[in-house]
Amino acid sequence: MSTSILQDNKEKFAELQRIIDEYKDKEGPLMLILHKAQELFGCLPVEVQEYIAESLDIPLTDIYGVATFYSQFTLQPKGKYTIGVCMGTACYVKGAQAVLDELSKEIGIKPGETSEDFVFTLEATRCLGACGLAPVIMINDDVYGRLVPSDIKGIVDKYRGR
Amino acid sequence: MKSLKELEEIKQRTLDSVNLRQDRTGGTRVVVGMGTCGIAAGARPVLLAFLEEIKKRNLGDVTVVQTGCIGVCRLEPMVEVTLPGEEKVTYVKMTADKVKRVVAEHVVNGQVVSEFTIGAAE
Amino acid sequence: MEFYRSHVLICGGTGCHSSGSGEVMETFKSELAKHNLENEIKLVQTGCFGLCAVGPVVIVYPEGAFYSRVKDEDVSRIVTEHLLKGRIVTDLLYHDSVHEDEAIKSLNEVEFYKKQMRLALRNCGVIDPEKIEEYIAFDGYKALGKVLLEMTPEETINLIKASGLRGRGGAGFPAGLKWEFTAKAQGDKKYVCCNADEGDPGAFMDRSILEGDPHSVLEAMTIAGYAVGADQGYIYVRAEYPIAVKRLTIAIAQAREAGLLGRNIFGTDFSFDIELRLGAGAFVCGEETALMASIEGMRGEPRPRPPFPAVKGVFGKPTLLNNVETYANIPPILLNGPEWFQSIGTEKSKGTKVFALGGKINNTGLVEVPMGTTLREIIYEIGGGIPDNKEFKAAQTGGPSGGCIPAQHLDTPIDYDSLTQIGSMMGSGGLIVMDNENCMVDIARFFLDFTVDESCGKCPPCRIGTKRMLEILERITQGKGEEGDIEKLQELGRSIKSSALCGLGQTAPNPVLSTIQYFREEYEAHIRDKRCPAGVCQALLQIIIQAELCKGCGLCIKACPVDAISGERRSPHVIDQSKCIKCGACLEKCPFKAIVKG
Repeated sequence: MSTSILQDNKEKFAELQRIIDEYKDKEGPLMLILHKAQELFGCLPVEVQEYIAESLDIPLTDIYGVATFYSQFTLQPKGKYTIGVCMGTACYVKGAQAVLDELSKEIGIKPGETSEDFVFTLEATRCLGACGLAPVIMINDDVYGRLVPSDIKGIVDKYRGR
Repeated sequence: MKSLKELEEIKQRTLDSVNLRQDRTGGTRVVVGMGTCGIAAGARPVLLAFLEEIKKRNLGDVTVVQTGCIGVCRLEPMVEVTLPGEEKVTYVKMTADKVKRVVAEHVVNGQVVSEFTIGAAE
Repeated sequence: MEFYRSHVLICGGTGCHSSGSGEVMETFKSELAKHNLENEIKLVQTGCFGLCAVGPVVIVYPEGAFYSRVKDEDVSRIVTEHLLKGRIVTDLLYHDSVHEDEAIKSLNEVEFYKKQMRLALRNCGVIDPEKIEEYIAFDGYKALGKVLLEMTPEETINLIKASGLRGRGGAGFPAGLKWEFTAKAQGDKKYVCCNADEGDPGAFMDRSILEGDPHSVLEAMTIAGYAVGADQGYIYVRAEYPIAVKRLTIAIAQAREAGLLGRNIFGTDFSFDIELRLGAGAFVCGEETALMASIEGMRGEPRPRPPFPAVKGVFGKPTLLNNVETYANIPPILLNGPEWFQSIGTEKSKGTKVFALGGKINNTGLVEVPMGTTLREIIYEIGGGIPDNKEFKAAQTGGPSGGCIPAQHLDTPIDYDSLTQIGSMMGSGGLIVMDNENCMVDIARFFLDFTVDESCGKCPPCRIGTKRMLEILERITQGKGEEGDIEKLQELGRSIKSSALCGLGQTAPNPVLSTIQYFREEYEAHIRDKRCPAGVCQALLQIIIQAELCKGCGLCIKACPVDAISGERRSPHVIDQSKCIKCGACLEKCPFKAIVKG
């Protein structure tokens, strides 16, 4: 398994090696490398963690520990569009829960899940800092604000067709 | 960065281009009439000439704004120049060449160019 | 020299950016080009103006015209009418920025800005954060020059101590003392770090400073490096703030190029450099020891103190750690002197505080006021009151570590100590306003849910204790509360407060304890009467048709997805509560407002 992933993604692993070489002499380089590796692979599968462990000569358990501690690191691939529903206080008091429920109903997945066709990942996120527009959702880099549940279908449909 | 003097130079160089953003009371104010009549009579070249002269002479303390119709359409393009603490002076039938003299004599040296003023035209 | 007759300032903060200021900027560019105005009119993308509620915000100088909610299609009118012909487009102006005679108010006269005092935010919305020269034009890096060339490290620390500046991250520890401890600590290598891991939900002042004035933080960190004897700085910033990360990266590169970071700054033998470290979504990393573990690339778990970071911090070396807003205050204090800073604020809290106003308030956004301003002034004068003139119920400050302040304390002058006294805390500055439609038990549950999710799991009081508290709160909001639950919550809260390892665990019960203190009757209504007075807790809701208002039109029968409504035509209908799923569909359809939640 592990070797086949290595062979199938030769170019990406070469790029990973370049990243590791660039950062390994910095103080405390692990998170810097994990951020870059996730950008490259879309997630942090165990093969990537193993590769980093060997290159940096630190135990795989340490890397797994860090990768699972932080919510932005993910071990599973995500959908093409990640929908983050802001659950900050300002959004919450202005009805973010209803927006999240509506999204969940519309796409048919629970928060934290990815749709079977890998189009959508639904997440309840921490404050996005756009409190002036509460309640807010973010689909990849697009922000939608001042939402009510009836807006949801139209927004989701825009991405379905793409 | 080697010295405070060097820092001060960057500051002075940039200051003129940013201090427009502060509420200002002092400074000279140039108002160009840019109503339909003004524009038709050639107010744009007059406005541009003011900007050109100010740039050339490094006059950081001048504000140029436009306004709508000043009211005496037959005398357009009209320009009002107000030096700090002085009465407003209204120039009429302005041209780019006239602007050069107004800036040199009035804005820089405080001497009103009487022959271009509304009083002379009336 | 460059001379532009007019400057168009477009807010590029996250709030305005999300409501489309990027497109507005592009449209301005093309419209200006179309009318050949590029050489007369300067476009500037700035940081946050603070009034996020009416974004995207565009301000045109020299007139100071404050355009709000500017849409793409409004741009061509502003260009042809205002910039070309000089006629301000009054119908696009922010409603409070125009006098009755249509003359434009200066920004200081606008109600939202009148009582504000922008020190930490002094450059936000004024300069282009991606241009170091503009920062320098507003006296940037002058304090650094003064410190390096004219002052000793001891003099610098004494000046900060004399100013009375307290840490803006939440706890309010005197900044000068922290500097002194770090300076006195023994070590061959020292670090200066900046906590930009702004995790409190509803708080975004640090982000706005980083986005709007990144150089002020770089300058202050360099000053701190000189004062404590460090040559390396780290800024730990949330990965959720992409714009802030971008502007910081640009600012660091510009400062290096200008020789304001790097070797021999201002020709002295002092060298200092700064690097960014990105978080990865862990709230606990805002705690100082966890943050340092994360900078080192490890799991962000806190450790017991002492030893304090000043003695043993990042990579085991003495470390000075301050928050973004604290740093932003440093340059003006050095330039204007400690007496000037002492003259602002209250006896024990000097200077100003930035608050992020959110929730049920008209002017959501960023405000900076002198310490000692009352909640009433912030909410009703600056914030413009509560939408639809609803009644104020509580203000939540301090995020998951803080508490809810009820109406009876609206006139308390806000500072570190007064807030602690009334059971909340300053925290980083989130201020969420709630009205009668917010349930306080639900809010307490919301914060506990957050804490449980974000607890790092290292110490049992926080890992297990907050979970038990959450379970009780969930029971109460689902109508399964029991007598004695309130007392259990209080007891658990008190023991977590005294036994948790880090500041986050110790303050986690605050939202529960403060809502019990001020809104106990609301808890009792949930537990005894199985009723949610605010109408929020779904399980306790009933949707009722008021018979005297019902005309029997039948629209609600059609709207109900589960056939819970029945009744003859022209006679009052009724809802079968055992079938009702409380979706509210009938409520929206009723033309006579006969259906209510209760």
